[in-house]
Amino acid sequence: MRKIGIFEVAYKNLLRKRTRSLLTVLGIGLAAWVLVSLFGFNKGYESSLNKDIDNLGFQMLIVAKGCPYEAATLMLKGGTGLKYMNEDILSAVASEPEVEGVTAMLMQVVFDPNKGESGGLAAFLGVDPSTFPTLKSALPFKAGAWFTEPLAYEAVFGYEVAELEQREVGDLYLIPEKEVEVRVVGVLERTGTQDDGTVFLPLRTVQRIFEIRDELTAVGIKVAKDADIAAFEEKMYKLPDVQVVSLSQVKTTIMTLVSTARVMVFSIALIAILIAMMGVVNTVLMSVMERRQEIGILKSMGALAGDVFKLVWLETVILCAGGGLLGTGLALLTARVTDVLVRNLLPYSPSGGLVVIDSGLVLMTLGIVTAVGLASGVYPSWKAARMRPLDTIRSEEGS
Amino acid sequence: MSGQPRISIKAEDLRRVYRRGPEEIAAVDGVSLEVEKGAFISVVGPSGSGKTTLINVLGCLDNPTSGRLALGDRVVFENGRGLSEAELTRVRREAFGYIFQKFYLISTLTVLENVVLPFTFFRKPGAGDDVGRILGLLGLDKRAGHLPGQLSGGEMQRVAIARALVNKPAILLADEPTGNLDTARSEEIGSTLKDLNEREGLTVVLVTHNPRLAGLAHRTIELQDGRVR
Repeated sequence: MRKIGIFEVAYKNLLRKRTRSLLTVLGIGLAAWVLVSLFGFNKGYESSLNKDIDNLGFQMLIVAKGCPYEAATLMLKGGTGLKYMNEDILSAVASEPEVEGVTAMLMQVVFDPNKGESGGLAAFLGVDPSTFPTLKSALPFKAGAWFTEPLAYEAVFGYEVAELEQREVGDLYLIPEKEVEVRVVGVLERTGTQDDGTVFLPLRTVQRIFEIRDELTAVGIKVAKDADIAAFEEKMYKLPDVQVVSLSQVKTTIMTLVSTARVMVFSIALIAILIAMMGVVNTVLMSVMERRQEIGILKSMGALAGDVFKLVWLETVILCAGGGLLGTGLALLTARVTDVLVRNLLPYSPSGGLVVIDSGLVLMTLGIVTAVGLASGVYPSWKAARMRPLDTIRSEEGS
Repeated sequence: MSGQPRISIKAEDLRRVYRRGPEEIAAVDGVSLEVEKGAFISVVGPSGSGKTTLINVLGCLDNPTSGRLALGDRVVFENGRGLSEAELTRVRREAFGYIFQKFYLISTLTVLENVVLPFTFFRKPGAGDDVGRILGLLGLDKRAGHLPGQLSGGEMQRVAIARALVNKPAILLADEPTGNLDTARSEEIGSTLKDLNEREGLTVVLVTHNPRLAGLAHRTIELQDGRVR
């Protein structure tokens, strides 16, 4: 014997006003989309930031005194508006017992008219060939190797810059504005970090080409494993005219910037969910009022108040679960676009994926949206359940 | 519906009073009647005479204000005390099948799904075994897979009748079942009800304005101003 289940009845009830049901599902879907993307961003940003920091090779950076945000950006991405420190700082730092390794860096930036459609900045990082490769031993080479000697006119290209400039090991490269040629001796593999867009040169070569004597823009420090980093950081602060940027500081600084944006987006998501929730209540309540007589008939054919409550509640849950599935699907499909949009909005973005959506996140969002559905459905369901068959039938039947 | 328990309705001095502001309106005013098992009774009267109120009270869709009402041995209202809404639902689903002027079919469910819809909420033991027979009896066996929108008015009312019958009710209450139908379809529904009464032994209480339909009944009760004339 054919029997129709209450779920099927609820589902088919929703099909009676397809457009209205669809619009409600769409509203919930959009809210779920924002929610999944937001949670995905929360997860992706932090893990990418950690990855970037892990790939640095050193846990602390000393730069000339200036804006801390700029310093944080410099540490992670390289940057302009450079301030210089005297090379003496290097020996002062290296003499500390907590220091396991130290490397000097000099960043220079020039305008390259051939870059992109209307020119762009080209970054050159002068590194000490005797210390930098050791500290950054994790950097993988696609071809070639580090410089042959400290004063060589040689360059190691990051993956992206090599692709952009179409350079291979053995090719020559003309440094814009300076009209000096260097030979490419190495090309790095893609690392997903700022190193991909950097041209590495020997420190002394950069000093000579850019006519900067005895000055540095940064000193990278690898602290000994058993050292008290906080105490060491305090000690470094006593050095004149420098500022210490540690990993924890970088993380805190960036996460502070990001958390402001996050709070804003969380608020938007919350409002979107509340609006969607009101939409669901409105849709289901309207549907209940339109079906007053029908609910009366259901009661006259044996449906108890609990049965009617369950039926209407199920309709709400189907709408919300449908919206949740749509929203998570949209979020998965548009994760890449969201990544690009968010990257353009943030002051600093790590190199890895900014929006990471995994199965746990999908399940959590579906759970939240369904819970919202359950909550939204209570009032219309209660309203329907307490209708008396006579009142509803009598509203149209005359005597 | 042979072999099922039969219930008669016994109403004594039933009153149903509504309040409209300070005014009291007795829609049913001291009606006493007995509906025997297997009877076919029609209730007629002008608009506002209390026909629908009476059938609602008899069908436990509403509690009377005073009087006594019994279904077989079970007293459902006496001495001003009636049943709760949940108890009334239980009585209704055990004893009655209802059809109304409007068919109240769910447009997205097929004929068969509409007919078996009551089983979603309640299924009397033994009910459901002869859904096919009921569909055949009402000439709907070839329309089982159709949606209500594909049926004529008469067919839709027959679906509503089939839905009212699947749980093997003892009494079928029909409130203006032909009010939305043309003459031919009304006669069709009238003869269906007559057949169900004669061939299946179903007790039928029919409220109608249609004298031809009322004439099919064994007995006609005429109401005026809430009283039996």
